[in-house]
Amino acid sequence: MASAGVSRPKRPLSPHLQIWRWGPAMAVSILHRVTGNGLAVVGIATLLCWLGSLAGGPDSYALFQAQAGTWYGQVVLVGLSWAFFNHAASGIRHFLLDIGAGFELVANARWSVLTPLIAILATAACWAAVWLR
Amino acid sequence: MGNGTSIGRVRGLGSAHSGAHHWLIQRFTAIGNLFLGGWLLFSLLGLPNYSYITMHDWLAHPLPATLAGLLVLCTVWHARLGMQVLVEDYVHDAGLKFASFAALNLAAFGAGAFGLVCAIRLALGGA
Ligand code: HEM
Repeated sequence: MASAGVSRPKRPLSPHLQIWRWGPAMAVSILHRVTGNGLAVVGIATLLCWLGSLAGGPDSYALFQAQAGTWYGQVVLVGLSWAFFNHAASGIRHFLLDIGAGFELVANARWSVLTPLIAILATAACWAAVWLR
Repeated sequence: MGNGTSIGRVRGLGSAHSGAHHWLIQRFTAIGNLFLGGWLLFSLLGLPNYSYITMHDWLAHPLPATLAGLLVLCTVWHARLGMQVLVEDYVHDAGLKFASFAALNLAAFGAGAFGLVCAIRLALGGA
């Protein structure tokens, strides 16, 4: 920097979303972040509403149940269960990558495609069990 | 340690020695979440209905109440660590970052305490 000797050039940041070419591995990575933080905010809020309404007695639980039964309540619950399964699946994928497995291109792409599919199947199975019983 | 370029100022300092700890606890709590989340899932699927009586009788037992309390603590801890990474990645202003961490810690302790109190109240028959 010619004008001010003390000012520092901008250091390069780590690669951000728009720099990567979309592929299975990066899709799983960003999904892990989105679902993790979605669970952290909406999931924990819902968990606490549920526990809190039970601890509050029959009236507050009836309120929770009424909200959970509406179409938007069901959308939130289905969304949360999907987020949980997806995050759990990509989390287990993290464990495998942590021990150094699954970095070969083909295996990596295969499991990147499979984790979200497994999550969708688990979500469907879970709600089929609830709705069809 | 020099005072020229950014890399020069940190060279030789070694690591911050706290990243590995964060990383490990993220894994430990993730394993907890896997078990406790699975427990909640299969318990809910196994209940005959979701009426107040059914839910309450189930959670009033010592083991389910303990696991519900642990589920709250483990997920809150894991989420607290995870959201810290989100802030570190996207919030670059020092003041805003400090405020975010302060808010995150308050929210995490608040959520954990509230969930525990609920589980204990259900277990000890206050509700
Ligand atoms: C079900 C079992 C779960 C597993 C196996 C799991 C696994 C993981 C792992 C391995 C990481 C670290 C990823 C990394 O180092 O880049 C992570 C991050 C995270 N997890 Fe979980 N997790 C689980 C459940 C949850 C739950 C229930 C929540 C929310 C309450 C949650 C919220 C988060 C958040 C917010 C992050 C940070 C994501 C980011 O921004 O990079 N996780 N999880």
